[in-house]
Amino acid sequence: MKVSITVNGKAYTKDVEPRTLLTDFVREHIGLTGTNIGCDTSQCGACTVHMDGMAVKACTVLAVQADGSDVTTIEGLASGGELHPMQNAFWNEHGLQCGYCTPGMIMSSVKLVENNPDITEDEIRHGLEGNICRCTGYQNIIRSIQAGAAAMGGGD
Amino acid sequence: MSKYVGQSLKRVEDPRFIQGKGKYVANLSLPGMGYMAIKRSPYAHATINSIDASEALALDGVIAVFTGEDLLADGIGPLPCGWQVPDLKIPVQNAIATEKVRHVGDRVAVVVAESPYIAADALDLIDVDYDPLPAVTDAKAAAQDGAPLVHDEIENNVSYVWELGTKDEYEAALNDSDHVIELDLINQRLIATAMEPRACVAQWNSFTEDMTLWTTSQNPNLIRVVMSAFTLQVPEHKLRVISPDVGGGFGSKLPHYPEEILVPWAARKLDMPIKWVSTRSEAAVSDTQGRDHVTTAKMAFNNDGKITGIGVETWANNGAYLSLVAPLIPTAFYITLLSGLYKVPAVYGKAIGTLSHTVWVDAYRGAGRPEASYLLERLVMMAAQKLGMDGMEFRRLNAIPADEFPYQTPVALSYDSGNYAGLFDKAEELAGYADLLQERDAARAEGRVVGIGIAGCIEASGPAPSAVAGALGGVTGFWEAGTIRLHPTGKVTVLTGSHTHGQGHETTFAQIVADELGIPPEDIDIVHGDTAVITNGMGTYGSRSASVGGSALVVAARKVRDKAIKLAAHQLEAAEEDMVFNQETGDIYVNGAPDRATSIGAMAFAAYTAHNLPEGMEPGMEEDAYYDPANFTYPNSAHIAMVEVDKDTGETKILKYIAVDDVGNVINPMIVEAQISGGIAQGVGQALWENTVYDADGQLLSGTLLDYAVPRADGFPDFKIDRTITPSPHNPLGVKGVGEMGTIASTPTIANAVMDALEPMGISHLDIPLTAQKLHGAMQGTAVSAD
Repeated sequence: MKVSITVNGKAYTKDVEPRTLLTDFVREHIGLTGTNIGCDTSQCGACTVHMDGMAVKACTVLAVQADGSDVTTIEGLASGGELHPMQNAFWNEHGLQCGYCTPGMIMSSVKLVENNPDITEDEIRHGLEGNICRCTGYQNIIRSIQAGAAAMGGGD
Repeated sequence: MSKYVGQSLKRVEDPRFIQGKGKYVANLSLPGMGYMAIKRSPYAHATINSIDASEALALDGVIAVFTGEDLLADGIGPLPCGWQVPDLKIPVQNAIATEKVRHVGDRVAVVVAESPYIAADALDLIDVDYDPLPAVTDAKAAAQDGAPLVHDEIENNVSYVWELGTKDEYEAALNDSDHVIELDLINQRLIATAMEPRACVAQWNSFTEDMTLWTTSQNPNLIRVVMSAFTLQVPEHKLRVISPDVGGGFGSKLPHYPEEILVPWAARKLDMPIKWVSTRSEAAVSDTQGRDHVTTAKMAFNNDGKITGIGVETWANNGAYLSLVAPLIPTAFYITLLSGLYKVPAVYGKAIGTLSHTVWVDAYRGAGRPEASYLLERLVMMAAQKLGMDGMEFRRLNAIPADEFPYQTPVALSYDSGNYAGLFDKAEELAGYADLLQERDAARAEGRVVGIGIAGCIEASGPAPSAVAGALGGVTGFWEAGTIRLHPTGKVTVLTGSHTHGQGHETTFAQIVADELGIPPEDIDIVHGDTAVITNGMGTYGSRSASVGGSALVVAARKVRDKAIKLAAHQLEAAEEDMVFNQETGDIYVNGAPDRATSIGAMAFAAYTAHNLPEGMEPGMEEDAYYDPANFTYPNSAHIAMVEVDKDTGETKILKYIAVDDVGNVINPMIVEAQISGGIAQGVGQALWENTVYDADGQLLSGTLLDYAVPRADGFPDFKIDRTITPSPHNPLGVKGVGEMGTIASTPTIANAVMDALEPMGISHLDIPLTAQKLHGAMQGTAVSAD
């Protein structure tokens, strides 16, 4: 099947099997491997991307469902050579260790904060329920998101 | 002295990760690549009657199907066991099973296809005819007469029995002391769940007969040796193993895996690059798992509060096969730590390593030491309760005094340094312990179920003095290698045999070398994880990277520095002993004559031009070091937590968590604190949520992240983390290791807190994980089935 998906501002038209997942579309068909795959039951959130303004788990979306959509992956978050404030916050606050959950964590965090600029620690912890990190104990991820929220114009 | 060590420098590895540019194995794509998928057994124990791959082979896009017979025909060797305790019985494990399968997930055949989707489709078309057989999954039940045998040649499924300690003194202590507590407890099996599933890519060059394997390993150099010597048998100089960015390990990426044989074997056979990427569900039935002990423990103590003896009998479940260092974990990494921080005159332990129809078990964060700490701290809490003593007071009373280091335990180890009373003092102060007790009692008066838990824990880190490891069963040495290459322009490439998969070595190792050479960290690159570049290495596990790998870099850097100083003395026409090296700037000058100066960078250039070298000096500025530690290091910790158990749901909420750890000198405080917080979360996972459950037929019931409860962000409060420092006296950095301490301490801390909460109800012990279901049942007085 032919699908047309805009990824990070660039339009791609590809012929894919109907069962192709959006994760495989971005990783295998257009070579953007920043979106990681950490599970097979939509639990870990490593593959989180933005689709038409919403954070979605790309392992749970078919490429054909994304036909006509505007998708942003971790590679497209920085703009004009400037890191997104949330990316900077994860770096400054040591919000990552092995880095594998990080792309999904950052993509989820951006939407959490965009949807709730004055987000509290408790809301962040609940909001991250769909993103698993095995390294950090979440402590510095929470701090990163708080710092990111502040830098994005809301927050504390 | 130190300009960079001790500073919280931001990590240099982060820019690639936060922008989605991590170099994980699964991201690698090679032209003409084939994709492997693995047919795995759905039965825990069965005879394989036949395998019919004809339908799979007929599927468009399928390139090949191979079975265990093909593997044996090509002379591929079985997986070796690298830790050989006396009288060890090693079951044969080939990379693909033949004749019999022995756990759900055992490998039966492999498919290579043009795409991963086709490979997965083809798995369903392979027809395997099995005769299912009875299975045994429990560590202790496996050793009982009549239990189904995992391997016919291993009687009673007992692979090894290992004893250590002063048995007679221990038995006397049981007889002569005022009190003895006996506790049966289970340390449940865990699934490591590094967020990156394992993956392998292999490329064979049929002209040069070179093999390259990219694999998600914590120790690529060691894997290469094992593959060359035992399994794949590609000559070592023709085999390159690369472990680029690896997404967490926690021990599960330490062993040599069958897929590391199958992927390159097929790549050579088909003369094409091949890739295999594990799914999460596949990981649950093939990655090494952790813990799984069934133990009877006893502690003897007197009315004065002094512990007189500790002993255990432990059945350790190794799974269906022995993984690379499996026999180490319940023996030399467990029984040796049974007395913890305490001065206990008599200690004795016996471990019975059994085989069962389950996934194999090997090191998992802490590996043996968490098992020891957990049972010891449960006993300590119960002993204090029995005497009506405060838990903190009981621990301080029994702690090894600060002036008794080095301290020789009755179970082989010599603790290097520590101040355990100081550690407890600091934790008590940070927690506001007295207020916390009042807070708990006030909450209880309101009818709430609130408890406080304490744990004081120790770890033997930084494995290991090679001779000691050899005496205990280690097949290899446990040094670490490092190379410092000072380039002509004053920039530095550092090669290390340690492997970073989240620990941040690219930052911390640069800090170490920067201080030794007087060259800023931004001019220093840390290279790891590629056997074509790294001469030799033993990898990362057991919290060894800083103390062993970092020390190797210090030794190598000092050789470079000495050479630069010697060359400077020659060129400045001064005596070598009159030269002064400024470690902050890298300047070298003549003592008392600062204008007669040069720098380490200038000397590097001079060493490569080689126009004017002292007699006998070789050109170049590059030095290697192999560092073999003189002893283990002994990080230690005092953690305190307050929890509340919901009376209606049984759910535990952590109200406060305070951690004080002594990990020796600290290279990067930001990274150290994050290692502790990550470790705490993992240990809390074991205390409250995580459990690997097999049914009676050996089916894994917790095989996905829907069923296996990895901790999530909403399970924790903000941890309060601080430290004390007693430097390790025997390594040049004074470091002790930080990777596992948080995990070791948090499991007993939380378990003790929950048991303290339930103590007013007369409940003295429940096995972990203390799930909501289990606690609800216990509070209702109803029996609880296995989760």
